[in-house]
Amino acid sequence: MTNPPPKQPRTGPMADRLFGWAAKGAALVTLALLLGILASLIQGAWPAISKYGLSFLTSTTWDPVREEYGGLVMIYGTLATSIIALVIAVPVSFGIALFLTELSPAWLKRPLGTAIELLAAVPSIVYGMWGLLVFGPILATYVQQPLQRLFDGVPFLGALVSGPPVGIGILSAGIILAIMIIPFIASVMRDVFEVTPPLLKESAYGLGATTWEVMSRVVLPYTKAGVVGGIMLGLGRALGETMAVTFVIGNMNQLDSLSLFQAANSITSALANEFAEAGEGLHQAALMYLGLVLFFITFVVLSFSKLLLAQLRKSEGAKS
Amino acid sequence: MTTGEMLLKKADYDKARAAKYASRKRVNQIALALSLGAMAFGVFWLVWILWETIRLGVGGLALATFTEMTPPPNEVGGIANAIYGSFLMVLVATFVGTPIGIMAGIYLAEYNPKGWLASVTRFVNDILLSAPSIVIGLFVYSVVVSQMRAFSGIAGSIALALIVIPVVIRTTENMLQLVPPALREAAYALGTPKWKVILSITLRAARAGVVTGVLLAVARIAGETAPLLFTALNNQFWTSSMTEPMASLPVTIFKFAMSPYENWQQLAWAGVFLITVAVLGLNILARVLTRSKQ
Repeated sequence: MTNPPPKQPRTGPMADRLFGWAAKGAALVTLALLLGILASLIQGAWPAISKYGLSFLTSTTWDPVREEYGGLVMIYGTLATSIIALVIAVPVSFGIALFLTELSPAWLKRPLGTAIELLAAVPSIVYGMWGLLVFGPILATYVQQPLQRLFDGVPFLGALVSGPPVGIGILSAGIILAIMIIPFIASVMRDVFEVTPPLLKESAYGLGATTWEVMSRVVLPYTKAGVVGGIMLGLGRALGETMAVTFVIGNMNQLDSLSLFQAANSITSALANEFAEAGEGLHQAALMYLGLVLFFITFVVLSFSKLLLAQLRKSEGAKS
Repeated sequence: MTTGEMLLKKADYDKARAAKYASRKRVNQIALALSLGAMAFGVFWLVWILWETIRLGVGGLALATFTEMTPPPNEVGGIANAIYGSFLMVLVATFVGTPIGIMAGIYLAEYNPKGWLASVTRFVNDILLSAPSIVIGLFVYSVVVSQMRAFSGIAGSIALALIVIPVVIRTTENMLQLVPPALREAAYALGTPKWKVILSITLRAARAGVVTGVLLAVARIAGETAPLLFTALNNQFWTSSMTEPMASLPVTIFKFAMSPYENWQQLAWAGVFLITVAVLGLNILARVLTRSKQ
């Protein structure tokens, strides 16, 4: 004799469908978010886009009084600080990743890895305030002034280090950014170094290669897509960082000299300082235009990073 | 060639080999020393920043910091309203952002993880995860603030919620993928409907990881300044009304640190200390949670 089927009310199909819709809806919200950001930026920037077109990107005038706007100063500031940050951060991150994967004793790996990751968690406003009030003055006294004395009169280098050595400007912003993005680049590099098959490394060691040779001739070529992806990720962070830069860049609209010590402005610091006070109209539209440019640049950089990292993952899957 | 000449050649060769080996070894030592230096360099900044934060922050702390409102220049006061505003906005943002993030994470991991929608969402989510937070502020400004014609705590909370979502999506998806398929299959074999399998089996198994994601998201938004600058703005007074401009700890620090007034700067250091302690505390808690799970 068989038991009769249970007479429970079957809520299954309906609840299932609702839940599935909710999950799909949430995924769609994320997509809509990106499109919404893009649409709202274009809409907000439209007055400036229709007035200046692409010449906005090459004009250096930024004059709210005469209602004359061009974004080159800020775009230059953003790119210059990010490039300085990369120049410092890439070799240091590589060194850190090398240390964590090849050199560190096992018991130190975890605490050191955690320390680097905590460096990434410190809020940017802390970096900014520290940079302005603690680091800036030290940089001015012990780095900028000696450099100026050293390169005084030297053609190109002299121009680079001219300007008031007060610890505020493009160089300081670049250094603070470098400290901020080191953890991001280092942890991506560490992760991709760790996916290198041990067999490859052991073969090289077996042939008598030194640690450095294994690293530079085996691990690095194997993981180069991932390494570049990590660097791009760091670049994306540096381009979009707001508070740390706003504190130390000096917020001055000028592009008269090559000087790295000169106070300047970046897209993010211009937005942070001016947007809340900007009246509706062309000023706000011009700031929105800057935001759009920033979003576009970071979007391209981050997509590139994502594609490179995905490529590494795919080839890893194919080979193993 | 005589034997003597051959021996001479061999000696030359050996010498060259030894020299090559020595130089390879030297390069290796230099590289490893530089790597050690890089590691020290990284840790050095962390230690220095933490040290200054503690040194200058603890000095600025007093009972009044927690009980009084933000003062005018050169008067005694605290940052109670900013702490409260931050707390309120982070709370609302977490409650709004977490469910959306978890649901989207569930979609990516449990429904059609290889479909076009999942692939595109994953891609977009990774972009949003690193997108400049000030752009989120611009978005919320044009969608909320300029429609309501007022800066408000709601706008600030929405901006923060939009930052929570990608963080939670990422961790939820990763954690759900770690749940062994056999658990799901066992539940399905018992006739459990899919929603119930997800809610009471997989999500439950991945609980610690998901909570970690939420904690990391809270840590992230607690220190965010840029998206609040032109959404919640700032407020010198205590307010619980979400439709008014609201003070927050990061924005107050920004305003005070840039000012020339001694007491404002001191309060800013106290604020920086509180934020750093909270954010690093949350991060460490999140780490402990996932570790004890493994």
